[in-house]
Amino acid sequence: MTTTPEDNGPPTEVTDAEIAAMHDDPRFVELKRTLFRFTVPVLLAALAWYLVYVLLSAYARDFMGIVLFGNINLGLILGLSQFVVTFYVTWAYNRFTARKFDRQSAELREDIMSGGGK
Amino acid sequence: MNTLAQEMSDSNRILTISLFMVMVMVTIFITIQGGRKTSTATDFHSGGRGFSAWQNGFAVAGDYVSAASFLGIAGTIALYGYDGFLYSIGFLVAWLVALLLVAESLRNSGRFTVADALSYRMKQRPVRTAASIATLSISIFYLLAQMVGTGALVTLLLGIKEGETFLGMDAGAAKVVGIVVTGLLMVAYVAFGGMKGTTWVQIFQACVKIGLAFVLAILVLVHYNFNLSALLGDAANVSGQGAAFLEPGLRYGTEVAGDSLQTLWNKLDLISLGLALVLGTAGLPHVLIRFYTTPDGKTARKSVNWAIGLIGMFYLLTLVLGFGAAAMVGKDAIIAENPAGNSAAPQLSQVIGENIAGSTGGAIMLALIASAAFAAILSVVAGLIIACSSSLAHDLYNGVFKHGKASGKQEVVFAKFAAVGVGAVAVVIAVFAQDLNVAFLVALAFAVAASANLPTLLFSLFWKRFNTAGAVAGIYGGLISSIGLVIFSPTFSSTPTSLLGEGVDIAWFPLSNPGLVSIPLGLICAVVGTLMSSESNPDRFASMQVRAFTGAGAERASVH
Repeated sequence: MTTTPEDNGPPTEVTDAEIAAMHDDPRFVELKRTLFRFTVPVLLAALAWYLVYVLLSAYARDFMGIVLFGNINLGLILGLSQFVVTFYVTWAYNRFTARKFDRQSAELREDIMSGGGK
Repeated sequence: MNTLAQEMSDSNRILTISLFMVMVMVTIFITIQGGRKTSTATDFHSGGRGFSAWQNGFAVAGDYVSAASFLGIAGTIALYGYDGFLYSIGFLVAWLVALLLVAESLRNSGRFTVADALSYRMKQRPVRTAASIATLSISIFYLLAQMVGTGALVTLLLGIKEGETFLGMDAGAAKVVGIVVTGLLMVAYVAFGGMKGTTWVQIFQACVKIGLAFVLAILVLVHYNFNLSALLGDAANVSGQGAAFLEPGLRYGTEVAGDSLQTLWNKLDLISLGLALVLGTAGLPHVLIRFYTTPDGKTARKSVNWAIGLIGMFYLLTLVLGFGAAAMVGKDAIIAENPAGNSAAPQLSQVIGENIAGSTGGAIMLALIASAAFAAILSVVAGLIIACSSSLAHDLYNGVFKHGKASGKQEVVFAKFAAVGVGAVAVVIAVFAQDLNVAFLVALAFAVAASANLPTLLFSLFWKRFNTAGAVAGIYGGLISSIGLVIFSPTFSSTPTSLLGEGVDIAWFPLSNPGLVSIPLGLICAVVGTLMSSESNPDRFASMQVRAFTGAGAERASVH
């Protein structure tokens, strides 16, 4: 497989048809599946947890007011948990792309740009 | 407790203005530096696409953390306790949608505007027109909210009360001057600096506002020996609300005794707001076009990591600032200064400064936080102006009227005039609307973004069958339903705080936030519109997806 030094060389001319041809390549199908398998469940879970938090704020105020220690109640901890979830998902997605997605995706890109895919 | 006005002598005001002037000079210098290398359309709209992940991450934070966040959330927490926190959380979690679904794909499949990605596999003119109208609506609503807020903020930060004058200006004149100066600066950043100049200005201003918020929050925590529980306890005691101050329910979704229907509406309103906040961010054009300033999709995605870190940290700081102001300034002193609570953070900075170094310390801290607030206003309005001018020039002028045949140079010239035009219109409207309660415009901008932009953007990336009719129906459906529902909501009429006052009553829609209805409506319009048209373009869908996920054929950074 030829590699194209993307950063240095002149922009490679590539037609829309050449790009579209990759869509049915099993490797691209696999790339999409890998990506969606990570993003869809993770995003749905994070948004569901957010929705639970909003619903608890609206309808379960006594529950949110349960004091855990000092003046720290459950509402504050659950609110802070939204920050933790957001930071964690960001970190996990970064790790996922570094380990799997970026390599697979770069390989397909180089194939298309060098015309080696077909 | 001192109010700002009592402590605010002319020398203190001059200190604030001097710091502001220093910031203006630094940003103008940055603008000129950035503008010197701006010649092509790629330079003007997308800053040459040469910004690294951290640079764009800081610029996104500069673009996103508005004065409403800086002063408004701290103020809401200071007055209503826990409920102010809800805004911060929605604003932050929303970034996961941008990170996981939008940033990289948008960067890879578009060029300059949101409409580029939306119209990729559609008929250009109808989709570009619709997308441009949505971009302009969202950005101008948001812009007006910021500009009107600016007027009030200038008098607040300079401590000019009704009946007082400073440099010959009374409060009314100072408001107008504040709006006009803001307008001139934002247009100057964009027209002279293009996206490159604006980006560096936003990076600088993000450092100023987040850095100063950090310093102030640390000083509050030092005062409480880093004991958050003690800070919260003090805030609850001083508020007079006790434990309820630390629980949800004082501001949003309030329970009205004896009126279970109103209680139901209030709670649904809270959920509606929550939905618009979390789904709106990934549809805000001024945020989305920032992804085009990076060299590739991977860098765009990594810049979101930076943005999430910075924005998340900032919202944690607002928690400390809000409860700090509740505890150390007190609700009564804040309301005496500004009934909406926007003065909470500046008043807190003054009290903290006085604790450290007497009245001089108070004046210095106040001037610093005032500069941070000005930085927040300027960086956000500049981002909004560039989103408007890019869309007017690239989508409407070139895409629709010139059928894509205008040269890059013509597009840039048009964009600069568009920036001046939008800026002038915004200044005039803001001056006339300065006494209206326009805080609802921020929530409306998020609702339109969530209802009109996000569903169509996701469908165009992920749904093969999606087509022109679906995109047009989805955008107009989401846009019209969001705006329409707000017009017929209590925001516009029927209550004393409504835009039209109590005398007019056309409010048949009970929720102030339309998202709960308009987001599903936008989705349904997009789906129904798609299914009613037989148009389908599987080849373009294939090439769009391959571009989005591999970056093949994506726009390159320009070489200088």
